[in-house]
Amino acid sequence: MKYSIFSLARNAVSFHRDWPLAWRSPAPKSHYDVVIIGGGGHGLATAYYLAKEHGITNVAVLEKHRIGGGNTGCDTTIVRSNYYLTANARFYEHSLRLWEGLSQDLDFNVMFRPRGVLNLAHTHADLENQARRGNAMRLNGIDALALNRPEVASMVPDLDMSPTARHPILGGLLQPRGGTARHDAVVWGYARGADSRGVDIIHDCEVTGIRRDGNRVLGVETTQGFIGAGKVGIAAASHSSVVAGMAGLRLPIESHGLQAMVSEPVKPMLDAVVTSDAVFCCVSQSDKGELVIDGNVDGYNSYAQRGNLPVLERVVGAAVALFPSFSRLRLLRLRGGVMDMSMDGSPIIAKTALDNFYVNCGWCYGGFKATPGSGWCFAHTIAQDRPHELNAAFTLDRYTLGRAIDERGAGPTPWLH
Amino acid sequence: MLLIQCPFCGPRDQVEFSYGGDAGVPRPADPAALSDDKWNAWLNERDNPAGEHDELWQHSMGCRRWIGVRRNTLSHEVVSSWALQPAKTA
Repeated sequence: MKYSIFSLARNAVSFHRDWPLAWRSPAPKSHYDVVIIGGGGHGLATAYYLAKEHGITNVAVLEKHRIGGGNTGCDTTIVRSNYYLTANARFYEHSLRLWEGLSQDLDFNVMFRPRGVLNLAHTHADLENQARRGNAMRLNGIDALALNRPEVASMVPDLDMSPTARHPILGGLLQPRGGTARHDAVVWGYARGADSRGVDIIHDCEVTGIRRDGNRVLGVETTQGFIGAGKVGIAAASHSSVVAGMAGLRLPIESHGLQAMVSEPVKPMLDAVVTSDAVFCCVSQSDKGELVIDGNVDGYNSYAQRGNLPVLERVVGAAVALFPSFSRLRLLRLRGGVMDMSMDGSPIIAKTALDNFYVNCGWCYGGFKATPGSGWCFAHTIAQDRPHELNAAFTLDRYTLGRAIDERGAGPTPWLH
Repeated sequence: MLLIQCPFCGPRDQVEFSYGGDAGVPRPADPAALSDDKWNAWLNERDNPAGEHDELWQHSMGCRRWIGVRRNTLSHEVVSSWALQPAKTA
């Protein structure tokens, strides 16, 4: 069913009791051409583009809980492509272009709002680094504007720009086309789009093992029985290492906790995404009026989905130092997500050493904005059995070959990316 | 908040420590002799278990010594800790 003003009017007549379910909940078949492990944004987007771009519709997406209930459900919803390194810049820019047409493509309002993503500069070194990154972005065809101090002050009036500010602000780098989207809508839109093209979305179906015959994967053992598969792709985010381990693979991934928090809702006060790399803090205001805040990872391996107090205190302290008016707000919710941190801070969308087994992981804390591009590239990699030009650099063997894509230059210390 | 037992100083708050990563991957004795694949396996690949995990911590705000800690990544329980012997190689 196409959502439109007419379907809305027709259903208003029946008091909205007759809307069809947006997707089915089928029992798994015994065999699929492609099985995707993980029903978050990336897994569902992969299934959608497999069906839409490559005509592969005999596909199952397996999710151990409910779809979109993991990291997709608790991220800070920021969309941007302000990367320095060419491989990242081109990939994330492709993703951003998909975001720009996503509501029309899915016939589902994902509420993408390009309100601008502003990185603050606190030192002259920050300014020079931003000029370098901004120029690199523009060379890659991405919008970037260097703002001076008065321009930052007029764009974000609540920032502390006083002479005694804890973190003096000298300027900033703005990507006007960046912004935010509604995370649940992205999940529901991709699920509905994939389902209407014949993909089976199977929730409450945990993968417990992967059956192999030599170098081939035959299928997956699940809590709903064995499911045979022509090809298997994993988009399991924090549990990538666990799932890949079932097939006997070790990944260059560590799982780390990251906290995101939301304040009580207030009237519109912040019409941009404001981030500071120097103090590791990122703030935006949701459409409901809540201030959405996050910082850096907690700093040690964790699968716990809850955070620690020292990092929480540091992130909130940084937010209040930047925005003194936040000090009287109360936090309503705190979520701990588990990030699949790769060894160079960049993702992996690649074939593995096994013939028909593919991995999509290493999203660190940048997975949400990548959702459309990740699904698009992963679908291409699975369908064609080779990467697309856009994800050709995001291989597993780049670590062996010394071709790490290390945006931050931190080396193989995942908790510092 | 973690309470980590420093073998030299006793139980101390997590904020006194710095994290040093997986302790289950001993540094190769002769790195130059390794193939690229074996070097990559040591440098980058991890077991990354959901459960008990051996890891390195430095008591950076205390005695500044490196220690080993066995900790559960699902519950955050600190299971045990020990003083590191002079560098082990494999």
